[in-house]
Amino acid sequence: MDAANYLYLSALLFTIGAVGVVVRRNAIVVFMCIELMLNAANLSFVTFSRINGDLNGQVIAFFTMVVAACEVVVGLAIIVTIYRSRRSASLDDASLLKR
Amino acid sequence: MSELAIQVGQTAAPEAYLFWILAPLTLLAALGMLLVKKAVHSAILMAFVMIALAVFYIAQGAPFLGIVQIVVYTGAVMMLFLFILMLVGVDSSDSLTETIRGLRPIAVLAALGFGGLMLALLGRATLGRSAVGVEGANAEGNVQGIAKLLFSTFVWPFEVISALLITAALGAMVLAHHHRIAERPTQRELSIARFRGGSLATAAGLPAPGVFARHNAVDVPALLPDGTPAPASINASLKARGDVLDSSRFQLGTVDTSVEDEK
Repeated sequence: MDAANYLYLSALLFTIGAVGVVVRRNAIVVFMCIELMLNAANLSFVTFSRINGDLNGQVIAFFTMVVAACEVVVGLAIIVTIYRSRRSASLDDASLLKR
Repeated sequence: MSELAIQVGQTAAPEAYLFWILAPLTLLAALGMLLVKKAVHSAILMAFVMIALAVFYIAQGAPFLGIVQIVVYTGAVMMLFLFILMLVGVDSSDSLTETIRGLRPIAVLAALGFGGLMLALLGRATLGRSAVGVEGANAEGNVQGIAKLLFSTFVWPFEVISALLITAALGAMVLAHHHRIAERPTQRELSIARFRGGSLATAAGLPAPGVFARHNAVDVPALLPDGTPAPASINASLKARGDVLDSSRFQLGTVDTSVEDEK
């Protein structure tokens, strides 16, 4: 098996995550799809680290994980704040700027 | 030489089995995440994808990242997701009906285009040399190798990212902090407001539910002196759920006396 198969898997996972962000309405599910995209990128980093034979890719994947954790913390706090004022976790309901 | 390239560039047979079993399951779980209705089910499928990715990391010579993936993602992040799901609860946003007409076919089409583009690109790309394999870099141990890079080449990004973590923690605290707009009323102020208010109807508190000595449960409204039910005696959420019984069933004339007759 070629190590590049992991890259194909990563591309497919990223695509699925991107579709999820567009299609789903629940803000929490959309967030999980963003996490899926970040994870797919991480898988690419780890695979390239293996293909290139140095650990730089793994260090970058580590940084990506930290950024993802920060993003989840702030994003979920925003979701809770919006839920508190609008009683809904739907992305379509948060359309104050449209009107 | 070509023998060596095969040994290094091609992965060993056990890893191939692992990949071909786990990768389709991962893809199915990721697809399921999109398609299931309930957000909780999405979260569980997401946790499966995370664990599978951790296994892939470990199989690819990144044991440190694999463990961090399990600890940070399936441990902390997924728990946070489930916690927020509990807090927010289930609402209409879980439904899969599309609100923008034609969004779904367009999204699927775009995904096919993007995915096809990525796959075709990866299929045609060549490195120009054979893959090296991470065994050499891991010779001193994976954690030691990452630590050496993290504290030499990447020490400045490492410091910046720690600042980012602290900022995110503070930001979450600020967002989650709930200020009261007005001062909390004391018991004395509440009592004065009750008697100086518009009417004295609720000055002594709301009427208790239940029909005296016949059905005292909270789902039956109390009867007023003229025999009509008192709507204020019933909890509004019971009313919204439609769990309120009709108090006329418990009025004197219509009580079922069959038990008495049997005696």
